[in-house]
Amino acid sequence: MTPMQSSMNEMRAPRLLEILRRREEDLLKDWTALQLASASRRPDLINEDQVRQQSRDFFAAFADAVESGATPHLADPRWDAVRRVLKSASEDRARQGFTPSETATFVFSLKQPLFAELGRIVKSADELARETWATNLFLDALGLHTTELYQKSREEMIGRQQAEMLELSTPVVTLWKGVLALPLIGTLDSERTQVVMESLLQRIVDTGSTIAILDITGVPTVDTLVAQHLLKTVAAARLMGADCIISGIRPQIAQTIVHLGVDLNSVTTKATLADAFAVALKRLGLGVREVAPAGAPPRPPTAPPGA
Amino acid sequence: MERIPILKMGELLLVSIQVDMHDRLALQLQDDLTSQIAATSARGVLIDISALEMVDSFIGRMISNIAAMSRVLDAATVVVGMRPAVAITLVELGMSLAGVRTALDVERGMALLTSLDGAAADDRDAGIG
Repeated sequence: MTPMQSSMNEMRAPRLLEILRRREEDLLKDWTALQLASASRRPDLINEDQVRQQSRDFFAAFADAVESGATPHLADPRWDAVRRVLKSASEDRARQGFTPSETATFVFSLKQPLFAELGRIVKSADELARETWATNLFLDALGLHTTELYQKSREEMIGRQQAEMLELSTPVVTLWKGVLALPLIGTLDSERTQVVMESLLQRIVDTGSTIAILDITGVPTVDTLVAQHLLKTVAAARLMGADCIISGIRPQIAQTIVHLGVDLNSVTTKATLADAFAVALKRLGLGVREVAPAGAPPRPPTAPPGA
Repeated sequence: MERIPILKMGELLLVSIQVDMHDRLALQLQDDLTSQIAATSARGVLIDISALEMVDSFIGRMISNIAAMSRVLDAATVVVGMRPAVAITLVELGMSLAGVRTALDVERGMALLTSLDGAAADDRDAGIG
């Protein structure tokens, strides 16, 4: 054990505990008033009752932890109750759109009423300094912990949103019996290619489709990596017995592909999804027929382009 | 020793892999299949791998080799029913099995083989896809 840790373990704050227990109501009132009056309060995001409730919960848990003789090491199980309260408070704030400083202020703002109260009852300067320092250590540790929790819950939120976006951006649609289309939106990285490939191949199995159209109209740039990912998807679909058509190739993209020397010769490519669909129908032995206005006899089927 | 059965259906040979392939089994299949093609002068081979859950580069190579050998013996080969996970694995291993014909299921594979048999022998090696 380092000297630092041992000094912390030995550290006691008897007067802090005393005021936490005896002056609970006054301290809570001051603290809540301070929070409600402070500039960092966001009446648009959190209401007064919530502030009071969270303050009361935190205060009670904090007093219990100090009484149990917990050191400012938050890993100590005696802080469990406090950590739980802080977790819910920080998660709420992260969700409601508070900034990290606003969230940490929840804990730090307790310092002022505590110091004022300590100053009032402790007469010896040495003792006051000791008590103040101990209080400071507790609240600093808790305040930092709050910020970490805030950060963590924000990261979780971002992770969740990324996962949702990944799911949302890879729909596989059935255009016709046996024809699937995969409108790709956004940049194709390795992770997305994996998801795209898996969902496409699964749908090929589920629907028994023999033709899949990969539409890249929504892919902003095609570099060698994206092209490689596309070709991988095409190769995997072919292994399963389905043919792929790549459509939605914009003129600039066609130029880029050629300049980069990407070989797309093994794949059927079309400029638009409509062209690709026409090819798919033709391969299935189908065609699109123009329906005459009501009353007039139907016209003979128009030949598909390139027939 | 366990073997993968090779069934004769008219001019076609049907191989259904229902167990996990290990290397010796794959080599055995290669031997059996080539001798069967020669013995029955089969025109087409259909390999159903819908029950195959795992592949490695060796098995991938065996599939590719078996198809190439059948072609040398003048029998068209269609691999059918590859699972998505297997397809992804093979692609990630860099084996796109160029030159191997594929179909979604046995029914479509049969249709493909029948249509190939009707076509000219030259077309057979033109490589669809």
